[in-house]
Amino acid sequence: MNPKLHLDPVLIARGRELANHIVQRIQEQIETRTTVTVERSVLRLLGTDGVDQAEIPLVNSVVDRIRKAGGLGKGALYWVSNAILQLKLSPQQIAEGVAHGTIDLMSLPVSPKDEIQALALSLAEKALAQIKARREEREALQKQWGKGTEPLLYVIVATGNVYEDAIQAQAAARQGADIIAVIRTTGQSLLDYVPYGLTTTGFGGTFATQANFKILRQALDEVGQEVKRYIHLTNYCSGLCMPEIAAMGAMERLDVMLNDSMYGIIFRDINMQRTFVDQFFSRLINGYAGIIINTGEDNYLTTADAIESAHTVIASELINEQFAFRCGMREEQLGLGHAFEIDPKVQDGFLYELAHAQLVREIFPNHPIKYMPPTKYMTGNIFKGHVQDSLFNVCSIMTQQSIHLLGILTEAIHTPLMQDRYLSIESARYIFNTMRSLSEEISFRPEGFIQQRASHVLNEAVLFLENVEKIGLMDALERGWFADISRSPLGGKGLEGVINREPDYLNPFIPLILKGGRGCA
Amino acid sequence: MLDLTHIKPYGDTLDDGIVQLAFTLPVELSGKAKEGARQLALQMGFEEASVVYAESLSTNFSFYVLYAKCAESIDLTQILVPEVELKLLSKQEVDETIQEKFQRKLTVIGACIESDAHTVGIDAIMNMKGYNGHKGLESYHEINALNLGAQVTCEEVIRKAYEVNADSILVSQVVTQKNIHITNLTKLADMLEAEGLRDKIVLVVGGPRISHELAKELGYDAGFGPNTYAEHVASFLVEELSRRQQE
Repeated sequence: MNPKLHLDPVLIARGRELANHIVQRIQEQIETRTTVTVERSVLRLLGTDGVDQAEIPLVNSVVDRIRKAGGLGKGALYWVSNAILQLKLSPQQIAEGVAHGTIDLMSLPVSPKDEIQALALSLAEKALAQIKARREEREALQKQWGKGTEPLLYVIVATGNVYEDAIQAQAAARQGADIIAVIRTTGQSLLDYVPYGLTTTGFGGTFATQANFKILRQALDEVGQEVKRYIHLTNYCSGLCMPEIAAMGAMERLDVMLNDSMYGIIFRDINMQRTFVDQFFSRLINGYAGIIINTGEDNYLTTADAIESAHTVIASELINEQFAFRCGMREEQLGLGHAFEIDPKVQDGFLYELAHAQLVREIFPNHPIKYMPPTKYMTGNIFKGHVQDSLFNVCSIMTQQSIHLLGILTEAIHTPLMQDRYLSIESARYIFNTMRSLSEEISFRPEGFIQQRASHVLNEAVLFLENVEKIGLMDALERGWFADISRSPLGGKGLEGVINREPDYLNPFIPLILKGGRGCA
Repeated sequence: MLDLTHIKPYGDTLDDGIVQLAFTLPVELSGKAKEGARQLALQMGFEEASVVYAESLSTNFSFYVLYAKCAESIDLTQILVPEVELKLLSKQEVDETIQEKFQRKLTVIGACIESDAHTVGIDAIMNMKGYNGHKGLESYHEINALNLGAQVTCEEVIRKAYEVNADSILVSQVVTQKNIHITNLTKLADMLEAEGLRDKIVLVVGGPRISHELAKELGYDAGFGPNTYAEHVASFLVEELSRRQQE
């Protein structure tokens, strides 16, 4: 990429430094806590799966019992490791015993601490070895089949039936899609458990379940081999079960996860203390699994105005980046999000879009930036919608975005029909091909509209971060500084699932991943 | 001469009946499939159908664009569409009317209920900023507007309605796949009825697939579709509450 905006590098560095300070204060709190879903994901990583007769996941049964007995501050792995030592059973057998009431983890004799720790460590090492194997499998397949050219074409499937999703996904891949996101059925983000099994009758999507992940993974590998291009699978690692979904995705070789550090707080009213802890553990897993995360800054622009609030997108991206760095993630895994959401009636609106897209590209040169299409001003006029999407495609190729979520002409009407998706892919392929080298030919007029606008937004973003740093991120969220939505530290859903770690809290996944994180992928 | 009792689609000449069609067939593209697409259009009641574009979408799917002439016509004089009848007031007129008629602020709750997570509609009506230059209800001096956001359960809506003594509940439903919105909307109306709150509250629903007719059928006082702004909803509230006051 050749820089075109002549941004002030000192200002960008200042923005990162401020974001670093902001995140550090939250990180210190994160490291004193755990949550029910973090502990459930630890059990999932050990291979615990399944539900009891009442359809309650075994991991929920186990963690709820430990919590009610006041033992979760030690970590679920402490109790399960002790049970393994005492009973010589597998983690799965122990979970089944707990769920059926035949094993009481809390009343077993306690093994020596060093034995428990040693066992927990070896269990975690074994689990991570499996994730590493899936990551290496991805790398091998990508090497064998190759990958699409950036901007990668990202489409959604959302039939509500996992088998129909697989058909739609394969069709999209044959048409040229590189990334398939399976839309999650509406409402899952607020469930404090992960549903089990296949979904064939979802509303607006399927549940994110391990069984559904497996079916889509198989379908995409099949078609990837056929088209000789690795097809990426995406799902939603958000809501009240972020880390559990990360664990499932790591085991089933998902490639991309929607995984934002603040989205759940702002847009789903999930408690912020809960989300901060959950996003940390989920990103540790995602990072280790070699998954690319996508952040949700595009959403700010559907709630707040895309021109006035452009700087909050940059500020949030810098914050998301710092949170991710603390989980051992690399720049190449951070698909920071933004969107083409300016009111089409605005004169020179396209210039604003161009300035913003180029700004994001230049502040985050090594990141697989995720660019989202117009949604807010899509009207149901499919013909105009197709033109809006085409302009979005033009902006994306001109500014070399990495992950390009295709706009669909029937946005605001229904979830995409197969033909809608085809028309979008065809348009993007046409535009990307015919303008492939355009960005190399472009330079922006010194001190012209685009350079000035970009530098103005960067300035505002740094100023905004200065203010957030002064009051702290939680306070800023409470004052509604992000997306004009206010959330309080004690409000929202899921706070009851946040537990203080005890001094002997046992979760060897955290040190193991941090040790082998950033450098290893 | 235009005959309102026999209206047909217009291409470039009155009564030519021209329509565009596009659809996918779950079969491989072939000459046979293409001819099948054309004959299917004839069976739909069209005349002179022609496939102008055909493309393979995948191994077992193919896409067709057709032009055809519609043989049927419609008698517009026989059609009745219920719409919210209202005198549209400006923001200022709404505030003045509330002061004059009620001598107190009106309290309005807004929410995307149950499964629905899409707040773009309720935000456009409720939030200060509004949409497309039309300020939202939060900006009205005489209205206490409370936006509860997304995925609010019916129980929560009702609890809040009690707590703040709401005059009105505005519900938004954007996701309509498999008619989930009907289930959600019916649930809220039934629960309000069961709680004895229904008559005390002006119940309004909005969304891209909502019509006034549907809303009335589901037991709501009004339904608003696309191109509705805060002043439409506010005007309706003021009118409906004055009507109830006079009763």
